[in-house]
Amino acid sequence: MAAPTTPAEIGGIGHSVQRKEDARLIEGQGNFLDDIDLPGTLHMAILRSPLAHARINGIDSSAATAIDGVLAVVTGDLMDQHGLAWMPTLSGDTQAVLATDKVRYQGQEVAAVIATDPYIATDALEHIEVDYEELPPITTPQQSLEEGAALIRDEKEGQTDNLAYTWETGDQGATEEAFAQADRVVTLETHYPRSHPAPLETCGILADVNSVTGQATIYMTSQAPHAHRTLFAMVAGLPEQNIRIVSPDIGGGFGNKVPIYPGYVVATAASLLIGQPVKWVESRTENLISTGFARDYYMKGELAVTDEGRILGLRVDMLSDQGAFYSDAQPTQFRAGLFHVVTGSYDFPAAHINCKGAFTNKAPGGVAYRCSFRITEASYLIERLVQTAAYEVGIDPAEMRLKNFIQPEQFPYETATGFVYDSGDYPTALRTAMDEVGYEDLRREQAEARAEGQLIGIGIAHFTEAVGAGPSRTYDIAGLKMIDSAELRVHPTGKAILKLGVKTQGQGHETTFAQIVAEVLGIPANDIKVEHGDTDHTPYGLGTYASRSTPVGGAATAVVARKLAEKSKKIAAHLLEAADEDIELASGVFSVAGSPDRSVTIQDVALAAYTNLPEGMEYGLEDVTYYDPPNLTYPYGSYIVVVEVDPDTGVWEVQRMVALDDCGVRINPMIVEGQICGGLTEGFAMSAMQWITFDDDGNCIGANFMDYLVPTAWETPRFELLATEVPSPHHPIGAKGVGESATVGSPAAFVNAVIDALAHLGVRNIDMPVLPDRVWAAIDAAS
Amino acid sequence: MEINITINGSDHASDVEPRTLLVDHIRRTVGLTGTHVGCDTTSCGACTVLMDGNPVKACTVLAAQADGTEVTTVEGLKTADGLHPIQSAFTDDHGLQCGFCTPGMMLVGASLIAENADPSDDEVRWAISGNLCRCTGYINIVKAIQTAAARVAESSNGS
Ligand code: FES
Ligand code: FES
Repeated sequence: MAAPTTPAEIGGIGHSVQRKEDARLIEGQGNFLDDIDLPGTLHMAILRSPLAHARINGIDSSAATAIDGVLAVVTGDLMDQHGLAWMPTLSGDTQAVLATDKVRYQGQEVAAVIATDPYIATDALEHIEVDYEELPPITTPQQSLEEGAALIRDEKEGQTDNLAYTWETGDQGATEEAFAQADRVVTLETHYPRSHPAPLETCGILADVNSVTGQATIYMTSQAPHAHRTLFAMVAGLPEQNIRIVSPDIGGGFGNKVPIYPGYVVATAASLLIGQPVKWVESRTENLISTGFARDYYMKGELAVTDEGRILGLRVDMLSDQGAFYSDAQPTQFRAGLFHVVTGSYDFPAAHINCKGAFTNKAPGGVAYRCSFRITEASYLIERLVQTAAYEVGIDPAEMRLKNFIQPEQFPYETATGFVYDSGDYPTALRTAMDEVGYEDLRREQAEARAEGQLIGIGIAHFTEAVGAGPSRTYDIAGLKMIDSAELRVHPTGKAILKLGVKTQGQGHETTFAQIVAEVLGIPANDIKVEHGDTDHTPYGLGTYASRSTPVGGAATAVVARKLAEKSKKIAAHLLEAADEDIELASGVFSVAGSPDRSVTIQDVALAAYTNLPEGMEYGLEDVTYYDPPNLTYPYGSYIVVVEVDPDTGVWEVQRMVALDDCGVRINPMIVEGQICGGLTEGFAMSAMQWITFDDDGNCIGANFMDYLVPTAWETPRFELLATEVPSPHHPIGAKGVGESATVGSPAAFVNAVIDALAHLGVRNIDMPVLPDRVWAAIDAAS
Repeated sequence: MEINITINGSDHASDVEPRTLLVDHIRRTVGLTGTHVGCDTTSCGACTVLMDGNPVKACTVLAAQADGTEVTTVEGLKTADGLHPIQSAFTDDHGLQCGFCTPGMMLVGASLIAENADPSDDEVRWAISGNLCRCTGYINIVKAIQTAAARVAESSNGS
């Protein structure tokens, strides 16, 4: 790790500065959505469909409306009168706001009660009568695409089957050729199951539309407040200057808080119609059954390999379960997100990917759960596949990877599907992790244990992520280019305010972004206030997800700080009566080259910016930057997991987890490690327990924290963290982003470890979550 | 019905509907919003408060059941002497990210270290196993609780 260049009091890059956001949060003074109360606030509760597929023959809300304290019951018909019964999704489909014709999944929004008190609103739901005519539900994408399957999206013009999209990328001809030359073809079919980000705070909104002025102030759990403002303007037809989105403290997002949900639209419409603020906060059950599911890809991967273990090509065929509406949050050009990063960390010339998505009677969503648009699925598939190939070819899984890695001197490296990886040293990363875990010894111990009937497994995953979307020529969401921004203003006393287009949900932007400015200008990080989340007070940006804050917003921050450094140097030259080009800046001190005792500080310069300027210079010390990244960034890591599997019960326990991450330059090592520990835990969760599933009637199993298991402190493994630091060559401070790496990379390591324990029995796959009964069944079937 | 709860040392007499949950009473009637709600099945612990010194999940206690008790919420951790050791330890050890679970975690931690001056890793993990965190992976929460225990022990040895 490079040593920090600024002293601790300044707290620039590389210092584990304590977080500024903690002071309010440890005293219960955070300001989360449900903490906000406005005079006259009304409360909304949503009536949801108990059935997965049914026609609505009528809704009688008269009894509910008559209840004391109920102001209105909003139905699809009422929304329809305002043209708001349907809304566009981020993937070019439409989604019902309140159902008018049919319900298409359990938990779908049917009506909403607006009342003076949340208890009354919830009570009133029971008095709404809905006349449903049950239709057969379709609960798997395979069923959905069968000939003659009932049409789920019968309202959609031109839709004659249940196909949501098809997508293809790569070079089919070259790939067929590679397969023709292969000594063998290794195949893995596996399901990346439906999961849910389940941040501890659920989603919510407090909409305050002033019917006289037309001003709409919308407090919302939003990871992307600016994009949401624009989308609100487009969907609801409100003039954009009258919309102010305020995203307050967010209790975790992980992708769940990227989409616009029907509840947001209904609450806003209700506030407009009634003329009072309307608040809606999801219950946990609502959160898990209706908003923002993730994954659910059935994947078949094939690797063309030689007998020596050289990879020649990759072929992937996938089917995704979209639920009732295609509402994935992802860049417009990519129907399956950035899945085509599936070639992973390996150097081979040919790949071809074919993907289909199907509508089912399940909740829509398709969010990138702590993931840069389907990269989690891609990384999982390639790392499982390479491990499978190692067994088939008969070489060690570590050796298989080392043999096929992209080499350090090959960067920038263009993959078979067109990504240009910026930098990396994969062999060093894997070897360092292997040394730490004692790989050779472990293999010996494993063999000895096997002889005793004990099952030890060692699982590796070496992932490469593509994050920081993205360059405007390729990346947009709903037409909005994925740039981001920073505005920096230095006050006369030398203190500063930095305003961002991105928005923290716990990542610590108020601290780390101040550190970037501290690094460049030498203003102590603690003297820099970071503002974000309020669209009236921050410059435009696409928000925080896909690990894009540091790659894009962080870059904008460095660039704007450098612009101010340039102006500051001119002011310093004026104060020191020296030539501009002789001024040097280090840790907030401007000195004259060759005579270091002639100096002024950034604080002197800040005052002069408002009081004493060179002839012709404009007053003030502030600027704004919109950053359009030249490329994505490519963080990577080597993870090794050791497990012991109980052959009698199928229960597996993690003995060790060594995680080496290379995310380029680390702004705040403490925060980076915190992100990695959180991400590893979610990766463990997906491999071991988190699972949203459905019965044959389309009932969601996993509708609360009793059924949808997220790990507690008790189950969570202990992690051993390592780091290397290969900077990104194109990012202004060499950083790559890290928030999602561990969630992307680690599931394959955990699953590979369990499979490795059973590999000698011939077991090659157990679908996630790797539940004990599945492990036991795999052992049973093999022996 | 009439109830009177001592919250963070002050009396709060009010007339509540019998079905009012303690967490709603604290958040909406008393106006202390540091206590959070994260689930509807008593699973997450975001709503944890201390009732007569013991951690309870305030989403599963009626306000009426708390009548006559002393309740401590996160807002009551700090005293005239400054932050509670658990609060400073959470900052020092980076025991929080989004901060939504933090009030509950700190209250459970405070109650643990009041009874166990030197809790082991497993003891801390067991104590907080009714509290979910989706951000941190728990490692730094465990560390923070142990740090706070050590600091309390040190200062009582010193005095
Ligand atoms: S809100 Fe009380 S346990 Fe979750
Ligand atoms: S810090 Fe976010 S849930 Fe614990």
